Amino acid sequence: MSNIPEQLRYAASHEWISVEGGIGTVGITDHAQQELSDVVYVDLPKVGAQATAGATIAVIESVKAASDIYSPVTGEVVEVNAQLVKQPELVNQDSYGAAWLYRIKVSQPAELEALKDAAGYKAQIGE
Amino acid sequence: MTDPATLKKTALHAAHQKLGARLVEFGGWHMPVQYTGIVEEHKAVREAAGLFDISHMGEFFLSHPQAKGFLNGLLTNDVEKLSIGEGQYTLMLNEEGGVIDDLILYRLRETEYLLVVNASKIDEDRAWIQGKLKESIGGGDSFADRSFLYSALALQGPKALEIARTFFASGWTEPKRNQITNCSWNCQPILVARTGYTGEDGIELFFANEIAESFFLALLEAGKPFGLKPCGLGARDTLRLEACLPLNGNDLSAQRTPLEAGLGFFVSLTKVDPFPGKEVLEKQKIEGVKEKLIAFRLKNQGPPPRPHYHLFHDALDVGEVSSGAPSPSLGYGIGLAYVKADYAEPGTSLVLQVRGTPVQVEVVKKPFYKRQS
Repeated sequence: MSNIPEQLRYAASHEWISVEGGIGTVGITDHAQQELSDVVYVDLPKVGAQATAGATIAVIESVKAASDIYSPVTGEVVEVNAQLVKQPELVNQDSYGAAWLYRIKVSQPAELEALKDAAGYKAQIGE
Repeated sequence: MTDPATLKKTALHAAHQKLGARLVEFGGWHMPVQYTGIVEEHKAVREAAGLFDISHMGEFFLSHPQAKGFLNGLLTNDVEKLSIGEGQYTLMLNEEGGVIDDLILYRLRETEYLLVVNASKIDEDRAWIQGKLKESIGGGDSFADRSFLYSALALQGPKALEIARTFFASGWTEPKRNQITNCSWNCQPILVARTGYTGEDGIELFFANEIAESFFLALLEAGKPFGLKPCGLGARDTLRLEACLPLNGNDLSAQRTPLEAGLGFFVSLTKVDPFPGKEVLEKQKIEGVKEKLIAFRLKNQGPPPRPHYHLFHDALDVGEVSSGAPSPSLGYGIGLAYVKADYAEPGTSLVLQVRGTPVQVEVVKKPFYKRQS
């Protein structure tokens, strides 16, 4: 069983987002980090990059493979978590906290409605 | 994703599920990629021991008065060198010198041999060998593919032999490096070969499907005090890559010869028997190969190499990665790649392109990891 916080919104591709004052914080779910296991490298977007909902925005590399991370919403990347470059293992240790990936200025708030709530995501991953 | 229901399952499939393994598709089989984590399992094999289900691999038996001559005309290594009870790494090539499969040939008796082949190549190998048999010594019933009857385990690591001695007790006959012996457990015959695919000392065990689960669980239990862990294909891949042992389908293919792959040691061009591809290899040996399989490492921390990434020297595309991963033992990215011969010398600096970003790498001597012996 994985941890699925109630207050977050979820993309079917296993990213979470929390929004405060029009700025979204994005990461990957506990379920996703378990599936990836042993994260060794995180390729983050540049500040100022334009993200499109559903398009690749970052890459997380585990021992086994490189996995694309898709932005749950459209907007401009305003901050990235530089700590992950030095400590990629944070993704396995604290996927909802210290291992946030980037912050984004949400340009189309309606997209948030299309994301799943905790119950919807829980059902998707069969837990 | 392939539907697991359509995949082949080893006799240990249920046991893997009970042990909490994550199962994935591999060469048409539903196999454990990991139990607790690739890095943890990798380290268990380097520091203590690991147990791998390798039942998906194929076991062919050949028993014929002219088996030796036939095999010498089929495979690259010299079968004359094999005494009874010994095994050798060898390759089976197509007429163009490309690799159909790499395998281990064991001589079980005077005229009886066992060939252990790659899971994904069982059907292709069998068809090729049966075709060659028909052209030469005939004897359809002297050859048998018993892959579906046999299960197999690899017990690998510095503690592997100690575990085996304790576990088998009086049923143990210790094989020396590359030897194969008949052992027994609970009155059941177990073939034990001192071979492996991890760069560590260890053994590979072949036995009947009927006893697979009880044998696997008993061995796992007996090894626990020594630090034995069940290991998946994920760790098997990083271990073999550190040891620079090639993987067919990645580092070997029908378009690459063993000389290009740096496996000339396992090719006898001096034996009298002509084998498929021999003329191509003789020519290549004289003229030199145009591309070589090299080992390289990242110079700094960075994204791990992956198959199909390209390597550059200045602006020139000089090669392509065939295997790559972060090395759990060494802590940096490593890989194998086919590069133009001019750039194959250890010490050569190259640039790996990763998603449009240049990453500095260096050609290094094989292998990345060698055990203290």
